[in-house]
Amino acid sequence: MLLQIYTLWKREVVRFCRQRSRVTGAFLQPLVFWALLGVGFNASFRPAGTPSTVSYAEYFYPGVIALVLLFTAIFATISTIDDRHQGFLQGVLVAPITRTTVVMSQALGGTTLALVQGIIFLALAPIAGVRLSASAVLATIAVMGLVAFALTNLGLIIAWRIESTQGFHAIMNLILLPIWMLSGAFFPAAGAPGWLAWVMRVNPMTYGMSALRQSLYLAHPQAVGTLPNLAFSTLLTLAFAAAAYLGAVRVASHAVAA
Amino acid sequence: MATASAVSTVPRPDLSSAAAPPALEASGVSFFYGERQALKEVSFSIARGEIFGFLGPNGGGKTTLFKVLSTLVPCQQGIIRMLGRDLIRDKAAIQRRMGVVFQHPSVDDKLTVRENLEHHGHLYGLRGARLRQRSRAMLDRLGLAERAGDLVQTLSGGLRRRTELAKALLHQPELLLLDEPSTGLDPGARREFNDYLAHLRRADGVSIVLTTHYMEEAERCDRIAIMHEGRMVAMAPPGELKDRIGGDVVVVRSVGEAGALMDRIRAATGLEAALVDGTIRIERQRGHELVRDLVESFGSDIESVSFGKPTLEDVFVHLTGRRFFAAAAQE
Repeated sequence: MLLQIYTLWKREVVRFCRQRSRVTGAFLQPLVFWALLGVGFNASFRPAGTPSTVSYAEYFYPGVIALVLLFTAIFATISTIDDRHQGFLQGVLVAPITRTTVVMSQALGGTTLALVQGIIFLALAPIAGVRLSASAVLATIAVMGLVAFALTNLGLIIAWRIESTQGFHAIMNLILLPIWMLSGAFFPAAGAPGWLAWVMRVNPMTYGMSALRQSLYLAHPQAVGTLPNLAFSTLLTLAFAAAAYLGAVRVASHAVAA
Repeated sequence: MATASAVSTVPRPDLSSAAAPPALEASGVSFFYGERQALKEVSFSIARGEIFGFLGPNGGGKTTLFKVLSTLVPCQQGIIRMLGRDLIRDKAAIQRRMGVVFQHPSVDDKLTVRENLEHHGHLYGLRGARLRQRSRAMLDRLGLAERAGDLVQTLSGGLRRRTELAKALLHQPELLLLDEPSTGLDPGARREFNDYLAHLRRADGVSIVLTTHYMEEAERCDRIAIMHEGRMVAMAPPGELKDRIGGDVVVVRSVGEAGALMDRIRAATGLEAALVDGTIRIERQRGHELVRDLVESFGSDIESVSFGKPTLEDVFVHLTGRRFFAAAAQE
């Protein structure tokens, strides 16, 4: 089983590296987002509930890291859809390998790719105005891994259920992007109207975002403003990741290559 | 209809010991896509070392059957035994002993030929020296050794197909299952591919089960089953199926309304005739004499007339009353 996980994981990574457009797309798009939105909103907006030393561009920076992770998860999803019907996965489905193992390999592959890009993005922290300590870097990487694993599995739940990439864009706009937008990545819950704050409170990604933000500012927690406790956020993100994985396994086990 | 009526009496190749269970046995297999029934009570038995083809137009049910046999979709109804084991209960054990070639490529074209084989080997538990040795053997046998380090996307269609085959055979399966294996190949590459399958059966005793809509490919099978609208309408060696049609097949195209001409031909000759897609079709011994008679009697009403030895397409028409490709188009 470990050999099977290793081989499928390796394939995801090798494939990704050979597709330049994917590498640049997943990295450049969030960068452009950050540059345009972060800088553009900088003068006009002051995120509610955060200290006045934190500019909007700085506030948005952890959100963009989450977006990098989300985009990689989305790419993993799209390639799975095609792969199932006329690609490599057909052969995997008739091989003596359980769906639990297949999904774990895919999730680990996606997580690895997301993590590498997240780490590259992390190097931009000084530009954002975030001063990182060594422990903050380690904590952030751990949280990024957890969030990436959760998002990849969320993508896989969709990928194993739908039959073509055409239907995917609607789902992406209706589910995946709002999950990111309403997680505190874009604006803090503190300033949102009551109903929206509630939506953000039940969004599991909110706690991933909260853990990510707090681990970035591990050395000076006063900069994050009011957020759920770090341990609590991490625990909920862990639960989110586990639930998403189990969900993906369930959907994959019932999926047929129709 | 004739699911059971078509059991062959012709001796089949028997390369294994008499005690070995059949390569593949199915009884009463049905499959539904929601309301639509894609397979209707299909039953057959395929011997070890046999090359067996499912022939039919697209939509006839053969691709659904392939999906069930290859374990892509679960067997909903009926019993399937492969190499003596139950497909549902012993799925993993069967998967290990079966090789599958899909209609759409299942090799990763962003990987090299050798990398594809490596990944496949790992999935089947092959590793290290054993994997390298098997991989080298397959590359040599299929003439891929020189291209082993090239990305699959740089290969020609024929070479890609061979890579698929190398992959499917890497773990030394006893049963090889192929879905429309020669789709997209030019006739030369198709012949070469079928030659290799024949060689594989002879040299290694691999049982081969394929689906096809190419008559030439079906001709090369030991036995074929004809699929139409989810049913198996005949099962026998190709030669025997053609012999079931009495003599020659005469096809007449009429200048005017075909039905009227057919009635007149029937009345004049006393022969059975059938209307198939606007042409009049008559099965008859000594067809050339009939052609002469028809031209003499109805010359001005006939646009063209042809006769020939029956082909598998004629067998299909004979059994279903429809032309092969017309049936495909209506699905």
